[in-house]
Amino acid sequence: MQLQTMAAEKLSPAAPPADAAIAIDDVTLRFVTPDGHMMTAIRDFTMTVARGEFACVVGPTGCGKSTTLNLVTGLLRPTTGNVRVMGNPVTEISRDIGFVFQSDALFPWRSVIDNVAAGPLYRGTPKAEAYERARDWIARVGLARFEKHYPHQLSGGMRKRVALAQTFINQPKILLMDEPFSALDMQTRTAMQDELLDLWSEQKSSVVFVTHDLEEAVALADKVYVLTAGPGTVKSVYRIDLPRPRVMADIRYDPKFIEIAKVIWSDLREEVQLGQNRGLQTGH
Amino acid sequence: MTAISPAADRAATRETSIAVAEARAKARLHRRHALVIGLRLAILVVFLALWELGADYNFIDPFFFSSPSGIWEQIWSWVTEGTSQGPLWLQIYVTLEETFLGFVIGALGGIAAGIILGRNRLLADVFSIYIKIANSVPRVVLGSVFIIALGLGMASKVALAVVMVFFVVFANAFQGVREADRSMIANAQILGASPFQITTTVIIPSAMSWILASLHVSFGFALVGAVVGEFLGAKQGMGLLISTAQGAFNANGVFAAMIILAVMALVVEFIITRFENYVVKWRPAPFNEQGA
Repeated sequence: MQLQTMAAEKLSPAAPPADAAIAIDDVTLRFVTPDGHMMTAIRDFTMTVARGEFACVVGPTGCGKSTTLNLVTGLLRPTTGNVRVMGNPVTEISRDIGFVFQSDALFPWRSVIDNVAAGPLYRGTPKAEAYERARDWIARVGLARFEKHYPHQLSGGMRKRVALAQTFINQPKILLMDEPFSALDMQTRTAMQDELLDLWSEQKSSVVFVTHDLEEAVALADKVYVLTAGPGTVKSVYRIDLPRPRVMADIRYDPKFIEIAKVIWSDLREEVQLGQNRGLQTGH
Repeated sequence: MTAISPAADRAATRETSIAVAEARAKARLHRRHALVIGLRLAILVVFLALWELGADYNFIDPFFFSSPSGIWEQIWSWVTEGTSQGPLWLQIYVTLEETFLGFVIGALGGIAAGIILGRNRLLADVFSIYIKIANSVPRVVLGSVFIIALGLGMASKVALAVVMVFFVVFANAFQGVREADRSMIANAQILGASPFQITTTVIIPSAMSWILASLHVSFGFALVGAVVGEFLGAKQGMGLLISTAQGAFNANGVFAAMIILAVMALVVEFIITRFENYVVKWRPAPFNEQGA
């Protein structure tokens, strides 16, 4: 195809190499619903994220995007196939993993600093050191004046900053993000995307970023996975060769960006329509 | 394309009109507050006056339904001369002590049971049926059993208060644990929390508002337990005072004791609210502060 000449190079799926940060190899996940039916969440799913790579997963609603993240955390176990993180099979929640949730997963009864210090404290870091590091991270996300505030006193964007600090303080080698910015307004989202790319380039973590927003995916990622309508499997993989560092406010007007987004959208569109039709039929 | 900027010359007049509007809004709030308090007092006065006049002119038979002045005389004589069972403060003290013991034991037991069952699916499935059965038994009847088993002293009243409180607090604690946010628990897990840490730092704080809500209701239940226990058989306490007054066809005494109990309940309710505000100071202020 002519895609090869463009910035979005379509990759052919292959068995993951042994040294990948995340390797999901031919995984199928079925579970029994409360009324006793078998449901297939994802099937024949293969995905590789190299160390330091930023991968985005896009797909229609209900195609199992979030399921892939839970496979990596170990909160879900594959029915067949295997999942490896940093070369090791996933048996429990790895200390290398950080997770940013779509909803507000901050602890509302803890102040900002207590929220950010939670990770180190859970992991047995002495109190003084945990709070010192927390203070440092709060300053890095620009909330130094809000240490003593409670989450309900902050705006949505500020709460997301706290969530980022709370996750990054554990210095995760693997960062999983489940539509983290979908509830934010446009300007705040752009600012948070820049913030995330800054933190990521400092920490050199490997990222899986799930989103339903294709433009967000193209703007952020090295690699975009397009999933089929549920039960999800990988439809195609694109490598995004836009230069870094990227500036989120400008990148969406870059002709190359627009071209890539168009190509991937034509691929994604039929799955979205399929997903919507199916949703209408089953009443979901 | 031209950018349009607002004119700045009228800024001063704008400032003063804002200040005037603000002062007006404040005055309006103030007036409303005064109106609410005034209406409350008016309703109380009218109610008591109608009762008193009704009793004077025999629309309401004061022998059965008492009268405000009769109740006041009764309370005053209890305060100054003591009751037939001894001084009034001792009756209040005995009932309060039973209530508090029952409340504390029942609440702690209910919280512990709620958390354990809420965190353990199997235990919850096994025990849920028995708890439902135990909860549907009219618990006040147990008072008779406790008096037979534990005697006329304090233990039987405390036991009844415990039983009254336990199920209310248990049901709320259990529900609160079950409603703890999934992603918040997952977040703690991924941040590195052990199951025990999850219980203490996520489950219990998030169940706290449920538990505190149940404490408001269940203090009233503890008081009912203690008073009913005394009513069924006791040597001291407000319940016995009511029972004695009833036996003597003394309506004034029944109402007077009722009012003293209501005042006790209100005072403790106030203390619990203060405690609640202290414990959950992280919560956003409610839109409409009731009774403020």
